[in-house]
Amino acid sequence: MNINATLFVQALSFAFLIWFTVKFIWPPLNRAIDERNKRIADGLAAAERGKAALVEAERRGDAALKEARERASGVLGDSEKRGTQIVEEARNEAKAEAERIVAAAREQIASELAKAKTELREQVAALAVAGAEKILQREVDAKAHADMLGKLKAQL
Amino acid sequence: MAAQAQITPTDYITHHLTNLRVTVGEGGFWTLNLDTIVMGWVVGLAGLGLIWLVARSATAGVPGRLQSFIEMFFEFVDGTVRDVFPGSRAFLGPLALTIFTWVFMMNLMDLIPIDWVALASEVVNHYILGNPAHSAYWKAVPSTDLNTTFAMSFSVLFLIIFFSFKAKGAGGFVHELFTAPFGANPLLWIPNFALNLIELLAKPVSLGMRLFGNMYAGELIFMLLGLLGMIASVSLGGLLAGGASALFTWAWAVFHILIILLQAFIFMVLSVVYIAMAHEHH
Repeated sequence: MNINATLFVQALSFAFLIWFTVKFIWPPLNRAIDERNKRIADGLAAAERGKAALVEAERRGDAALKEARERASGVLGDSEKRGTQIVEEARNEAKAEAERIVAAAREQIASELAKAKTELREQVAALAVAGAEKILQREVDAKAHADMLGKLKAQL
Repeated sequence: MAAQAQITPTDYITHHLTNLRVTVGEGGFWTLNLDTIVMGWVVGLAGLGLIWLVARSATAGVPGRLQSFIEMFFEFVDGTVRDVFPGSRAFLGPLALTIFTWVFMMNLMDLIPIDWVALASEVVNHYILGNPAHSAYWKAVPSTDLNTTFAMSFSVLFLIIFFSFKAKGAGGFVHELFTAPFGANPLLWIPNFALNLIELLAKPVSLGMRLFGNMYAGELIFMLLGLLGMIASVSLGGLLAGGASALFTWAWAVFHILIILLQAFIFMVLSVVYIAMAHEHH
């Protein structure tokens, strides 16, 4: 346990070890840890930003959805109205067409009837003439009796 | 230890307390304790070399297990220094890391059973180098050598003075030596200076003596327990002595783990505190 020159050698060893640590050990370890700390901090900040962006996107998505829903319901209402209108128009048209057809049919029926009546009248007149010919046993001068036949036709 | 069966307890203790000496000059002072120097280099390079290997390939990405462990140790040292010293840790940090690692590694050698060391040195000295039997000396724990602890603590004193100069300038430091703590009155210059000198010297002396004393005493207890083992023999008392020696050596070694860590930590913290104090103005 005597103090001797070992003291100096050990002091030099100590100085060398300190130099070695200052130069080769401390800086790379310090750098690695600092850099990782920075990466973690950056990662946390990015996560925070991502979270905020998500909230913002959700908010915008909700707004867009709401707007779309409103527009869709507007469109639906419009189209319903339009549909009703079209149906109404179609119905009116159909009704008019039907009335027209019915009117035409009626007219035709009326004309047919009139025609049939005329024919019938003429036939009855002819029959009547024929009947009268039979009764009278002689020729009836249609022309001479046209006046009478015309009166008869008018009565029928 | 068959070879030691015929030696006396005094021989045993003396043998374990003697360094391997090499004379390099005139007088007793110019002697080198070769075992202290070699073991200091071996354990210092082993400890710091391991940290260096990790530091060299340290990645900022996900660290491996060894890197995590080294970083944990690094951050422990860094945090300890930060708590004491608010300034830049570019020098004080590595200094603290060096002190802790080196002192711990040197102290750790205390856990190698002393007779294994003695046996190994005997084998190398007697059977390989061919020197006479029982002439081998090898103390495996450099921190049980006052030269090591004083080399470190007086290096710390040098750093205290260096940083005092750096922080206060030569004039400021000298001014403080003569005017603090009592006052600037010329009559008080001598007492101030005497007190500051004592304070300055007490730091490295206490620092070096504390580590040396703790490790030396710890080593001595291992030796005394080894002595107890020497009287072990195939008889009831002998078996009891041998058992007690083994048990107590084991128990003391377990307790010693705490001491070697604590002493390394204390040496580191006090060195940092002293150097941090050198930055303060009175």
